[in-house]
Amino acid sequence: MTQNAISVKNLTAGYGRRIVLENISFDVPQGQILTILGGSGCGKSTLLKHMIGLRTPFAGDILLHGKSIVSSTGNRKRAIMRRFGVAYQGGALFRSLSLAENIALPMEEHTKMSREEIREKVREKLRLVNLDGYQDYMPSDLSGGMVKRAAFARSLALDPDILFFDEPSAGLDPLSSASLDRLILDIREKTAATIVVVTHELESIFTIADRAVMLDANTKSIIADGPPLELKKHSANSFVRLFLNAGHDPADHSHEGGIHAGDK
Amino acid sequence: MRRRDDMTSRNSILLQIGDVSCVIWQETLSLISFIGEAVSACADAVRRPRKIRWRETLFYMNMCGSDGLPITALICFLTGIILGYQCAVQMHKYGADAFLPGLVGCSVVRELGPMMVAIVATGRAGSAFAAEIGTMKVSEEIDAMRTMGFLPERFLVIPKLIAMALTIPMLTTIGDVMGILGGMIVGHASLGMPVQTYYQQTIEWVAPEYFFESIFKSVVFAVVITLTGCWRGFRAGNDAIAVGKATTSAVVISILFIILCDTFLAHVFNTIFFG
Repeated sequence: MTQNAISVKNLTAGYGRRIVLENISFDVPQGQILTILGGSGCGKSTLLKHMIGLRTPFAGDILLHGKSIVSSTGNRKRAIMRRFGVAYQGGALFRSLSLAENIALPMEEHTKMSREEIREKVREKLRLVNLDGYQDYMPSDLSGGMVKRAAFARSLALDPDILFFDEPSAGLDPLSSASLDRLILDIREKTAATIVVVTHELESIFTIADRAVMLDANTKSIIADGPPLELKKHSANSFVRLFLNAGHDPADHSHEGGIHAGDK
Repeated sequence: MRRRDDMTSRNSILLQIGDVSCVIWQETLSLISFIGEAVSACADAVRRPRKIRWRETLFYMNMCGSDGLPITALICFLTGIILGYQCAVQMHKYGADAFLPGLVGCSVVRELGPMMVAIVATGRAGSAFAAEIGTMKVSEEIDAMRTMGFLPERFLVIPKLIAMALTIPMLTTIGDVMGILGGMIVGHASLGMPVQTYYQQTIEWVAPEYFFESIFKSVVFAVVITLTGCWRGFRAGNDAIAVGKATTSAVVISILFIILCDTFLAHVFNTIFFG
């Protein structure tokens, strides 16, 4: 039996006394592209922040390659973190460093590569995201789409097995968004990494995802889990169908615009 | 009805006191925790000096030191002039003009020099540190550092701490000299004291140990300013208003801590070293 890249077990999470996610469980096999989707405030980003170890859940566990990121601390936690890459919504590139320095930073800190090896590796990563030649650009000199691609390149710096992308298409024009989708598929093909994408961009979901997990703010849990096209056509939950058909449920026209997640 | 209103207002005052106490307690715990992380980062930096971001350290040395030199020198010079004027007027009444160089020299070197430099550094560097780290928090750069397996405290605090601990004593020494120079101009212009006499008197009164006190205090203030600025930055919320608040609180708390430290150090130096 192959080990799952990610296992979320009975996760209950929130902020202060407010519970946002309750008793959530799912596994992500190695090499899968999973999208986490749902309406605003359903807990997508909360789930992501717990999966990457930035927040501690109220209950439950999250295993990355069989190692709990929840119960690990200090160097052990940082060792787990080095095995995944994260591209944040706004890129989160260090503005005081050039593009090449941003990508080189994890290699300088965590590997014993020589300067020449690092320079070559940075070029390789930038080539992968079609930004070769922009090594010396500062993040402030790049367009929104280029910043996202640079963030992808930095997340790939240590050749991680798992990649987390937070709203990669948010705020981009349709062409840049489509280009990023192709890039995500390309990254998976070349690196065989497991990719978790938090998004609510329907085009992206149908283009890139092998599987979609949909969260709901009312039930605070997963209301759909499966291949996106399958869910779009055949989900038992009408809210899921409505969401994935951009507000037009082919099965039921009477609910248009006024349906809630609990409706079935 | 009146009694109920009284109860409500009493409750609200008690609630407010309780709220403020809770906030102070939480902030104190967070400060202690941050100091612990900073000390651990310092120990790590001492063990592995090659891991220190030296390029950033030089950047902050330039920002805190050479960029701040003109304004710091000017403020210390003007402080010397103000102190000189105030003392000259009062001392002239009692025929104690000869004590002006000693009074200005000792006051500037032992207290006003380190204090004025620290206050200028708080306004320039402390606020900048809080704003920089606060903005990095808003743009998820701190989160990015953590998920890359870095310790943001080591990355962001250590270069600033080294830069401040090296440059603030230098600025203070220059500030001390500028303050003495300000007093000298007043002594010469207002009391007609020859420059050579003023210089001789200053050397006679201002002992070399006072410069040690000045430099020691400036190192302590540099650490206080850096840690407070960085701590407030890390404690900032996730929006632009929160960054503004963090910057303001960094300046206010730094000045408070500087004065508290100075009070303590003045007592220590006067009783232990120069008692």
